[in-house]
Amino acid sequence: MGLYPRTQFYLMGDRGLLLEFGDEISREISEKVRRMALAMQAEEMEGIVETVPTYRSLLMVYNPLVLALNDLKTCCIRVEEGLQQIPLPEPKLTRIPVVYGDLYGPDLEEVARYHQISPEEVIRLHCSIPYLIYMIGFMPGFPYMGELPQGLATPRLKTPRLSVPKGSVGIAQRQTGIYSIRSPGGWHILGRTPVELFDPEKDPPVLLQMGNLVQFYPISEGEFKEWGT
Amino acid sequence: MERVATFEILEPGILTTIQDLGRYGFSRFGVPPSGALDAFSFRVGNLLVGNGEREAGIETTLMGLKIRALREAVIAITGGDLSPSLNEEPLEMWRTHLLVKGDVIAFKRVRSGCRAYLAVSGGFVVPKIMGSCSTYLSGNFGGLEGRKLRRGDILCTPDTSTALDKLGLRFPTEWIPSPGKEISLRIIAGPQDHHFSEKGIQTFNSSSYQVTPQSDRMGVRLEGPKIERRSDVEESIISEGLISGAIEVPGDGKPIIILTELVTGGYTKIATIISADLPAVAQLKPGDQVRFKTISVEESHFVLKEQEERLKEFGKVIQASSFVRDRKSD
Repeated sequence: MGLYPRTQFYLMGDRGLLLEFGDEISREISEKVRRMALAMQAEEMEGIVETVPTYRSLLMVYNPLVLALNDLKTCCIRVEEGLQQIPLPEPKLTRIPVVYGDLYGPDLEEVARYHQISPEEVIRLHCSIPYLIYMIGFMPGFPYMGELPQGLATPRLKTPRLSVPKGSVGIAQRQTGIYSIRSPGGWHILGRTPVELFDPEKDPPVLLQMGNLVQFYPISEGEFKEWGT
Repeated sequence: MERVATFEILEPGILTTIQDLGRYGFSRFGVPPSGALDAFSFRVGNLLVGNGEREAGIETTLMGLKIRALREAVIAITGGDLSPSLNEEPLEMWRTHLLVKGDVIAFKRVRSGCRAYLAVSGGFVVPKIMGSCSTYLSGNFGGLEGRKLRRGDILCTPDTSTALDKLGLRFPTEWIPSPGKEISLRIIAGPQDHHFSEKGIQTFNSSSYQVTPQSDRMGVRLEGPKIERRSDVEESIISEGLISGAIEVPGDGKPIIILTELVTGGYTKIATIISADLPAVAQLKPGDQVRFKTISVEESHFVLKEQEERLKEFGKVIQASSFVRDRKSD
């Protein structure tokens, strides 16, 4: 069904307004979310606490003591009407180095077996195209990216790991992502990047942002260890 | 700012962290607000000791925290009643006290609630990260080195006044939240209430749910009657933004109340608890029973304004009661 003809408004409690633009993961919907998020941020309206863009919706968190719900709604509707006039910044491509396999990518062999291809072919496919960053979520700076080539679509782990090292590059269904900090996780891990995705001392604190592109490229274990030195 | 060592942690208890009112504006980068879960009690504590509402304080969970004063300090303890004591004698909550060097404060057992707050005049000095002193446990940053407090930690305060003019001030007893045996939490339906069957909504609205031990600063897991989903919708949704108070219902039909350490999620949300009742959520402990009551968004805003007015009024009382006594010139 794709992009809804009319954006759906939902309440998330007494301080969240959820704008839903469609009911699937698609580039068209993602572009609408990004446009709307940037336009609402540009409004700099007093009382807007957070704008959280995700795959197919935008959550506006507001302070009801400062901003009335109806005023926020009216503002969203007005901004959406003028949305096509807002120029969208060109997506920026970031190339991310990855050391694949072994202890860095404990699931590379299993993913290869699952698809009946060689580990080298898994790496080649994973690096073959740039991915769109659909959203940042789950943890600071974690990019949800897609779509993986059909030949790499892999279900989540049956039992999630209690601890996935920082920098781990994983896949789940047609998505790929990077664990920006150490955390529990259920994605198959193909490799690890030495690049820092999150630094709370920086502005912005994240390397990757929604709407931009990422392409992976393989590096050796030696290059991984030497990275940044 | 000059800082001085004011407290030493003798025992950290189950979970003790440095918090303030949270880190806002960074959810789009995947950074959740964190912050004091019972913001009402936290703010009252700060007001009592003459601080701005946003100064950093201590949040401690259930029991076990024991701290020693290394110098004179004015403090207030608010929130859940974890039977605080001063040198083994019961210590009155919701009022200011003067501690002298060597005094020991301990939280021995839960009388009611789950989380207590210790505010100190001047606030605790820790680095501000992304505008906040709050500890974000799973992100390993904020507060004291991004972690829970442990034995031997030294906590510092600014080397300024000790707000002696606030001594003996009390928060009005009638304004202190007192949870009953069964806690009623007010909710606003949605955003995905339409994913549940009529029977499911009925179950959710009419049943009592029990807080399980699998609850932390990310969420409160509840046990009780399974909430039925509509048969023609999927169990999960495409991941979207979250706020604290959102009630997720995963595949097993058992609700989870989201707290302040999550930014996105892919489970359907049947309802969201109103902001004014989040302090009550923060005081839920394993074994407590809760029920949900639907109200309108207009009503929830009214209730929130009322709560805010009380705090404002109390802030004025505090200001009016203080007489000039500049300690800096001592």
